[in-house]
Amino acid sequence: MSEAWQRLVRSRHGALGLILLFPVVLAVLAGPLLAPHNADAISFAARLHPPSARFWLGTDEFGRDILSRILVGARASVAVAVTATLLGTISGGLLGTLSAYLGGMADEAIMRTIDAMMAIPALLLALLVLSSLGKGMFDASLAIAIAFAPGMARITRSVALATRQQDYVNAAIARGESAGWIVLREMGPNVIAPLVVESTIRVAFAVMLVATLGFLGLGAQPPAPDWGLMIAEARQYLHQAPWMIVAPGAAIALTAVGFNLLGDGLRDALNPRVG
Amino acid sequence: MSLLWLMRRLLLIAYTMIVVSVVVFAITEALPADAATMILGQNATPAALAALRARLGLDAPVWLQYWRWVWPALHGNFGISMRTNLPVAPAMLAALSRSLMLAAAAILLMLLIAVPLGLAAALGRSGPIDLIAGLVSYLGVSLPEFVTATMLLILFADRLGWLPATGYVSPARHLVDGVRHLVLPVVTVALVMVAHVVRMLRSETIDVMASDYIRAAHLKGLPPRVVLFRHALRNALLPVITVVALDVGYVLGGIIVVEQIFAIPGIGRALIVAIQSRDLPSIQAGALMMAGTYAVVNLLSDIAYALLDKRIRYE
Repeated sequence: MSEAWQRLVRSRHGALGLILLFPVVLAVLAGPLLAPHNADAISFAARLHPPSARFWLGTDEFGRDILSRILVGARASVAVAVTATLLGTISGGLLGTLSAYLGGMADEAIMRTIDAMMAIPALLLALLVLSSLGKGMFDASLAIAIAFAPGMARITRSVALATRQQDYVNAAIARGESAGWIVLREMGPNVIAPLVVESTIRVAFAVMLVATLGFLGLGAQPPAPDWGLMIAEARQYLHQAPWMIVAPGAAIALTAVGFNLLGDGLRDALNPRVG
Repeated sequence: MSLLWLMRRLLLIAYTMIVVSVVVFAITEALPADAATMILGQNATPAALAALRARLGLDAPVWLQYWRWVWPALHGNFGISMRTNLPVAPAMLAALSRSLMLAAAAILLMLLIAVPLGLAAALGRSGPIDLIAGLVSYLGVSLPEFVTATMLLILFADRLGWLPATGYVSPARHLVDGVRHLVLPVVTVALVMVAHVVRMLRSETIDVMASDYIRAAHLKGLPPRVVLFRHALRNALLPVITVVALDVGYVLGGIIVVEQIFAIPGIGRALIVAIQSRDLPSIQAGALMMAGTYAVVNLLSDIAYALLDKRIRYE
């Protein structure tokens, strides 16, 4: 593991990703402590202030400090994205492994159904699920998890199938190891590495989906300092106060670029064959 | 490409549509407020609710409700919109055609940008163009459509005033004005695909250029230009078809947001309106049409791939 970590830090993508994600992680862990102002404090004297020494990123239509709102909002945005990706990865991973393990007709039936599910765009599936579950952050993470599961299942299955053919797995079978040992000790570690890479990249997509759902009014609800919601509210002030849009947009982009780079770095670090 | 393969592929599309229709039906019918309460309002008497439920067939078993929805839908009848009281299918098809035009224009623009950029990045590996291509591909996959769209609005509509901010004018009626209204939405949708295709094309070209047959072509003494365009490009471009086809799902999702922001009356905006007004028949029809588009485009891409790549023989 430490060897993989060293390769990650040395890879250009991984190192850059870690650097970009550092402020994001800081905001997630200690956002409310770092915020210079109260994120919810309304002040009509400070409405629509451009960025200044007092308000580094300016203020919104209620005079709330945008930097503080971005810092406080980081935790919910990233937490929902990570939770959704984890849920989607675990459920998809189990389904994909099961399909590869069963093989034959069952495998065919499961995979064709998953292919069919993938005909529904992720955002559309999330919108449909949300419209029936109700609005809110928890529902949003569940909706994204459901939208991610088919893709993760497909990837897991292909990796699990390839792993199943490896000599060391056949050797383990020949040694008379139990099925549990083979799945967990021989196949498991080799299935997990590509899944870690894929889900890291998916977190970036999930951050964007969470923000999009918030923007469309189906995720976080006002007055939550959600990044997507902040942009939706700022659209009426597009002309007077473009900083209201630029700042949360940059926060989303920073987080997503960071996770994308980290995912690519992990791919290089965990898969040394590809140089 | 055999007839058997084509038949199997068509069967798979039918299966896809069955699965999608069941999923869409299951999700939408699980809507918390049932249709009768929605139409009559919360103060309706239980007797009136029961009467309306019976009239709408909501008291029937679930499988029968599904059948009553899916059988007419197979014949192109998706019911009456709860919002407009007009038939759903013609309205949704008209909206779909506008979205398809938007998507097609975006794919065209994407190819014009991504193919030269991806090739140049691969040939000038680690050079300045490669750096730009890397930057574009990371930004493209990291900026949600609503952020890109809003930024473009601020810059080109609000600050510079070059292009109209929102609205839709049919290009068939007023070509110039129609195109001007489509520029920002098309650019927004294209950006994500540019990112995907540049990345794929770059790595694919690098692989192809390192292959034996390219070495052989060089050793034969062919000019580099001929090797690149006649030998390498053909094989490097093939996977683009698959990436674009798979991206159609992503594009359709992005179109929902882009149409909402730019007020384009396409299927994405129709779906958002339908979801907000809980217009079940429109939600169901819109979702089915989107999934159907994805399935058909992927079939077409498989066929194109099989025709272009002589190595592939589908049995």
